[in-house]
Formats: sequence, C-alpha cells, structure tokens
Amino acid sequence: MTEIFGVPVAVILGQLMLGLVNGSFYAMLSLGLAVIFGLMGVVNFAHGAFYALGAFAALLSLQHLGINYWAALVLSPLLIGLLGIASERLLLRHIYQLEPLYGLLLTFGMALVIEGLLHQYFGASGQSYPVPSALRGVFNLGFMILPIYRAWVILVSMVVCFSVWYIIECTRLGGTLRAATENAPLLQAFGVNVPLLVAVTYGGGVALAALAGVLSAPVILVSPQMGSSLVIVVFAVVVIGGMGSILGAVVSGLSLGVIEGFTKVIYPEASNIVVFLIMALVLIVRPAGLFGKE
Amino acid sequence: MRAANLFFLLLGVFALCVPLLGIYPVFMMKLLCFAMFACAYNLLLGFGGMLSFGHAAFFGSSAYATAWLATARGWDAAPAILAGVAASALVGLLVGLIAIRRRGIYFAMITLALAQLIYFVCLEAPFTGGENGLQGVPRGTVFGVLPLKSDVLLYYLVLAAFVAQYLFIRRVVHSPFGQVLKAIRDNEPRAISLGYDVNRYRLLAFVLSATLAGFAGSLKTIVLSFATLSDVQQAASGEVILMTLLGGMGTFFGPVAGAAVVVTLQEYLSEIVGGWVTVIIGAVFVACVLTFRRGIVGAMAAWRRSTPDG
Amino acid sequence: MKSLKSVWAAAALVMAALGPAPAAFAAADEVVIGDIDDFSGTYADVGGNGAVEAIHMAIADFGGTVLGKKITVLTADHQNKPDIGASKFREWADQSGLTALLGGSNTGVSIAMAKVAATKKIPFFAIGAGGSSLTNEDCTAYTVHYAYDTTALANGTATTVVQNGGKSWFFLTADYAFGTQLQTAASKVVEANGGKTLGAVRVPLGASDFSSFLLQAQGSGAQVLALANAGEDFSNSLKAANEFGITKKMKPAALLTFITNIDSLGLATAQGLYLTDGFYWDLNDDTRAFSKRFFEKIKKEPTMDDGGYYSATLTYLKAVKAVGSTDADKVMAELKKTKINDMFAKGGYIRADGVMVHDMYVMQVKSPQESKYPWDYYRLLRVMKGEEAFGPITGLCSLAPK
Repeated sequence: MTEIFGVPVAVILGQLMLGLVNGSFYAMLSLGLAVIFGLMGVVNFAHGAFYALGAFAALLSLQHLGINYWAALVLSPLLIGLLGIASERLLLRHIYQLEPLYGLLLTFGMALVIEGLLHQYFGASGQSYPVPSALRGVFNLGFMILPIYRAWVILVSMVVCFSVWYIIECTRLGGTLRAATENAPLLQAFGVNVPLLVAVTYGGGVALAALAGVLSAPVILVSPQMGSSLVIVVFAVVVIGGMGSILGAVVSGLSLGVIEGFTKVIYPEASNIVVFLIMALVLIVRPAGLFGKE
Repeated sequence: MRAANLFFLLLGVFALCVPLLGIYPVFMMKLLCFAMFACAYNLLLGFGGMLSFGHAAFFGSSAYATAWLATARGWDAAPAILAGVAASALVGLLVGLIAIRRRGIYFAMITLALAQLIYFVCLEAPFTGGENGLQGVPRGTVFGVLPLKSDVLLYYLVLAAFVAQYLFIRRVVHSPFGQVLKAIRDNEPRAISLGYDVNRYRLLAFVLSATLAGFAGSLKTIVLSFATLSDVQQAASGEVILMTLLGGMGTFFGPVAGAAVVVTLQEYLSEIVGGWVTVIIGAVFVACVLTFRRGIVGAMAAWRRSTPDG
Repeated sequence: MKSLKSVWAAAALVMAALGPAPAAFAAADEVVIGDIDDFSGTYADVGGNGAVEAIHMAIADFGGTVLGKKITVLTADHQNKPDIGASKFREWADQSGLTALLGGSNTGVSIAMAKVAATKKIPFFAIGAGGSSLTNEDCTAYTVHYAYDTTALANGTATTVVQNGGKSWFFLTADYAFGTQLQTAASKVVEANGGKTLGAVRVPLGASDFSSFLLQAQGSGAQVLALANAGEDFSNSLKAANEFGITKKMKPAALLTFITNIDSLGLATAQGLYLTDGFYWDLNDDTRAFSKRFFEKIKKEPTMDDGGYYSATLTYLKAVKAVGSTDADKVMAELKKTKINDMFAKGGYIRADGVMVHDMYVMQVKSPQESKYPWDYYRLLRVMKGEEAFGPITGLCSLAPK
C-alpha cells in the first residue's frame, strides 16, 4: 500500500475519519458553550458535567426504566435542559451584575458538585452503554472498518449544528436572541421577557451538551470524569473559533478533531496538546479568535 | 490594631508548639506549603486582579525540577529548591509573556490552556516519570550540615520559610510597586493615563506570583519526597483558587485561612466521608461565590469594622 | 470587648480546623495490617473489597489474634495516584503503628510505596501490582512481590501465543510502569522464541476510547494484538477491537487478565484467549473450599489477587508468631526462610530479591459451549514451575546478586 511520511495511507484516512467523529463531538459541545457565552457572557465550566449527566441519564433510564436509546436521545437533553434552567434561575442569575470571573468560578463549583455526586454514586470506572441494534455493524470503507454508529454520530451532529446555526442566524427567535446579546435592556423595553430568554438559552446550551453525552455513551465508557478532560479542550476550541461565534465554534470543532486525528498519525504524543498549541498561536496572532468579533 | 496583633501572637505561639502538641508535623508542613501557594496566588488575583486558571503549572514545574535534581542528579535540598524556584520563574515568564496581552476571560483561558500544555509535558517527558511522577526524593541536608530526616527540624524550617514569604508579600504589596498594581487592578485606563506601563507591572506581578508558587512547590517536594502529576493537574489550580476565595481575596491572611480549611477538610473529611469531599468542596465554592465573596478574613474584617472597637 | 471576641473567634476557627487529635499509637508488638488498593478505579474489581474480605478470612483462619493481641486492619483507596498511596503509608507508619502493608494494584503506586517501606522499615507485600522492577531496580529489603509479576506473565502467555503461530506482534501498552515493563518482558520472550515486535502504542491509564490506538495496531499488519494492560483497560480495549473488526485479522493476546474481567466480557468475546494466572478457584479441593466461602460474601469467584491477599496475610501472621515480635527485620528474615503451603501456593518460598516463587498456571478461556456451570471459564493447559515462571535472579537487585 502507498505510504505518506512512512505511514500507510489507510491508517491516515482511518485516523482522519476518527478525527471527524471526535470533531463532531467538539462541534456540538462548543456550539452550546458559544451560545451560552454569546448571550450571557458566562463561561460555562459546568458544560462537561452536563455532558456527563446527559450520558448518565441515558444509561440509568436504560438500566432502570428500560428507556431505549432513541427515546433517550430526546428525553435526556430535555431533562438536563430543565436542570440547566433550574440552575440558572437558582444560582447563575445572582452573579450577572458581578465581574465575569465569578461566573467562571460559580460554574466551576457547579461542575465539582455534579461530578463529585456522580463519582459518589457510580464510582470512577465507567460503565458501558450498548450500541442500539439498528446501528450495529460496520461499513467496510476499504481503508478501514467504520462502525455504523460512528457514521451516525457525524450525521446527527451535522444536522444539529446546522439547525442551531440556522435558528440563530435566520429565524425570528434567533434574531431576538442576537438582539438580547447586543442590548438586553432595550429589548426588555420592547416587551421581550429577557430573563426567560436567558434561562431558556442556558437550558438549551446545556441540552446540547446532554445530547452530545447521549451520542457518546455507546462510544466511550460512561464515567463521572468523562466531561472534565473534554471540557478544557472544548474551551480551547471555542476560543480558537471566537468566543461568541456560532459558526466559529462548529468549524473549529470539526477542523480541530481532524487535525488531532492527523497528529495521532505523525506524532501521537502531541495529539493531546495540539489543540492548546493552536489556541496559544491563534490568541497571539488574532486575539478575537478566527471568526470572532472583538 | 491591637486585636490583630494578639491574634498573630497566639497563632505564632501555636505554630511554634505544634510538634509538642502531638500534631502530625508532615500534615502541618503540607498545610504551610499550600498556604504559601495560596498567598502567592492571592498576590496575582487579590492584589493584581488577574484570574489565572492554571497556577498549578508553576507549583508543579518547580516541584518536578526540584525532584529531578535531587534524585537523578543528587543535588542537596537547598540548591534543588533554588533551582526549582528558578524553573518556575522561567515558566512564569514564558506563560506571562503570552498571557499578559489579554484580559479577563481570555487571560484565564490562556493560562488554562498553557497549564494543560505543561501538564502534558510532565506526563510525556522521559525524565518526569510519567504517571508515577518522581518518587523517593531524599530530604538531604541544610547546606551540607544538618540532616533533614527529622520531621520536627524540617517543620521549623518550613515555618520560617512561610513567615519569610508572608512578610515578603506584605512588603511587596505595601511598596510603590504594589500600590501601582492595586491601582491597575482598580482602574486600568486611569493608570494608563497616568503614564504607567501597565503590561510591565502586570508581567512582573505574574512572574513574582509564579516564582513564589514555585517556592511552595519545591518545599512540598522535599517534605513529602515526591512530585507527581497531581501537582500540575487542573484540580490543583482549582483548589488554590478556592483557598484564596474562601479565605478572602485581597487580604493577607485570607489565603492562609483558606488553605488551612481546605487542606484540613481534605485530610480528615476523606477519612469520614470518603468521596463526598469533592462534592463538599464544590458546594463550598458555589456558596462562596454566591454569598461569601469576601471570604473568611474579609467577612471578619467587615464585621469588626461594623462593631465599635472596645 | 468586642474586638477581643473576634480574636478568639479567629483563633478558635484555626484551632478547630487543625483540631483532630492524632490516632493513638498501637501497643508494642500489636499487629496493624494496612491495605492500600484501588477501590474505585480501573482495578477496583480485581482486588478492592474482595481483597479486604480475603484479609479478614485469613485472620479468622489464623485464629483472630497473634502474640496474644488483637489484629487491626486499615484500608485506604490510592485512586491510582502514587502520592496518595505513599502519603497514606507514611502517615500510618508515623501515626498508627503500622506493622505490615499489603497492596498495590498499580505498579507505579507500589514502587512509591516500596520506597516508603524502605525508609520506614515496614514489610510491604506487593500483591496487585505486576511490574517486575519491584524485585529488580526498585527492590528493597522490605518488599515481597507476592502473587505474580510481569516476568511470569510473559513467560507463560507470550511463549504460548508465539508457539501457537503468533510470530509478529503489536503492543497496546498502558502508559505507566506496569505496561512498559510488561511490554519489555513479553517482547523479550517473543524474540527468544523466533518472533518479532513490529511496534507499540502507549495508551493513558483509564482511557475511554481505544479506537485510534487500535487503528494504529491494525495498520502495522502484525499477527498478534498484544494487550499490555489490565482491568477495565483490558476489557475495553478487547471490546473495541471486536467492534472495529480487528480481532478478525489479529489474534488478541491478553497479557494480564483476571477472572472478573472474563466474567464481565463474557465467554463469547473472550473465548480462546491464552492467559497466565497464579490462582484459579476451580483448581483443586482446597481452592474450591476457600472460594466457596469467598463467594458467599463477595458474590464473585476470587481472583489471583484475592487469593494472594489471603495467603500473604496468613504467611505474615505465621512469621510474626514464629519470631515472637513484629520487628520488621526479624520478620523479613523469617519470611525469607519459610516455605509457604496453603491453598494459594504449595512449596512456595520468598527469594532474596523478594519474589514469592510459586507455580503459575497457563490457561485458555473456554468457549460458551464448553462451559458447564457458572464461572467455569478456564481450561488448564499446563503448570509452570515457579523457577521457570519467575526466571532466574537477574542480579539487578543489590540484595540478590547473580
């Protein structure tokens, strides 16, 4: 077989494919983060914890209530989204008038509580969630075997990301959201219930995280710390894309997943840090991020 | 300020008597090291107004440097500690140069990302022992004279180092440099308009904070005889923020009180409640941010101000 | 005066924070056994609570007391962090009168604890950890490596796989001391038997997604996919290898697996695997008797670690009784003299470098059809005599020159 850099082409393509799958997760998670930051100015450190909650909700509902994967895809984000709205009303709304650093700290504390509780009840080792029967099996792509489920993940996240982008950029609801980002008091003066909008937005962003959680449950083990290592990478992705930019979040998420996959081929040890290196570079050269507005 | 002096006097007596009271000296030394770490962090956050989310990188780089020099190169305690401090200063300078250009959230994100980079270096580099870290760091001697095997002797040395660092930080904050730093924290545009090179002050504060954090890290390495990935992990950065916040940002004694509470909680709570420690610490964090932003010392200072002084 | 009140308040706060009195020292010659293990992470199923039960069973079988005094058992979770393990060990030694430590399930943590054992002069039985360096470069006068080590695993499993046609190997290695030592030992055996190592990839401990590492393995074109990992890592990597169809082209070699892993994987996935074990519950009447009692409490059959904990505790208590004290040097000298004969090992003995030399068993996992009753998972292929399994003294430990 042909080789590039001494690595078989098949392996490169395989890693890029896996990178695309990872990138889909990054894109969905950074999308939620970007939406929350864009509207509320809050860097949601608890995003990873809600992601884990989404996966656990799917796992537990399967184990105890027999709720299958397809129902969980809808119910888990709904449930976690409501939890998000509750946290916003109870906790977050008290800190809006303070410096942004308190938002960071508050969500950081929330993440500790959520992950600590999960750790208490479920231990540190992960549990597996079965791949739904309709999605079992593999595509033989020639250069690699791609499990059908992973292709499904790419598809779902593309659809979701595009839909969210569309809603925000091209619909009236999205317009209202963008107006709230620019001038909330003025919008309130027009009669829009801005606090409700904010609460629902936070819930929506968190629901996106939960959806990513459900999607990832059959792929990786469901464990309490599944979100904490991921969330730091996702932050870097959002910063690279531009902190309030939806398009930036999605594009950077996908590209960084692919770049990570490529790095795994040529220099595997660096694959963990390539995202951070790129982030540092972007911040030096173009501080607002690739798609951001200062 | 009679009351404050009395308090410190009592505390000083207590600290000197620790070995006699049967309290485990290693635990106290660990507490002192983390108190030093928190004080160093507070210099940046409380007095400089900069939220760094990756301060463990400096604590840890120094810890690893000290550990490696003491084990692989056979350096004695004092030179190894000095070298560790130099290492953290260097890392602080490099990180600072990149991070200082930005403010607020972006500054925090950069420090977070760069700290992750350093974490992975510590994980992957051939001489850092990977997941095991560096173990069996010898206590060594004090300048080749007194062996440091005795926990009690080491305790007094660490106590002296703590007091020295504490007083040094006080001196820095009360100096002209410290005044300008606080002015920049309170109102940066005004400081610029007064002609101060704001970035230079911030960078210097950053490097100073990193260096002092490194001092705490190297001491910890000698006391506990290891440097591991826990020292450079995100969790450690979060813990020092909690200590500072809980104790009172922008006060002098706050970080010490915060560190005392957190380290004690972790040590003794984990025996009683096991895994609940994380949840409790997280809840304390949330409670502090929502209702207790002044922290222990800040709240007490406010309470004292509101009651007539007897 | 109100201002004074605040001073007392502050002082009280600090005092309260530092309050708890230190644990009372145990009386002289009172046995305090510590167990520092992984209770919540990757290796929790391998030792963990089962091991604690095994310790208690051994104490009960010994008679409950030794030298006329009670036996205390302390347990702690090292969470796979060397600093936690080392700190806890040191604290027990300083504050709680610890006389012996059992533990591990993580070579990195065990190496750290071995160093503390040497400093504090307390016998340390490394049971769950595999790395042979514990009795070579990292050996101490107080370390006993009890149940198995990476040398024995390689000599058993690697030899068998190569002899059954697996000539070219690719390693999926857990990225810490245990994994690297296991890979090195296995590679040596592979080459000695006419095979070749084509490559390796290091995977972080506790990784959740093995897909990209497995892809690299597949790209190497090797015949054997060697899993130099254990616990959950082993189960997950094997499952993922199945999922990606890699096991159709490459033969998986389970360099370390425990019966609890086979149980959670299921025979359909695990059948045909060769493995080396130090204990099997269904081996003979003695093991069956022990395992029956164990199963009643834990609801799983004992692993090699559980058996090792039982035997080590018994051996330690016998040694203490024989020398009439808990003095570490005397006990260690006695340990290196005695023969160990219990349900775990017959004719076992502790070598100068600390290895507990005993027979190891090369097994193969049965297919679902061959398994006749619950936990009937293994077919015994052959018994490796201790000297063959653990190999000759390497001379890397200063206590045991060649």
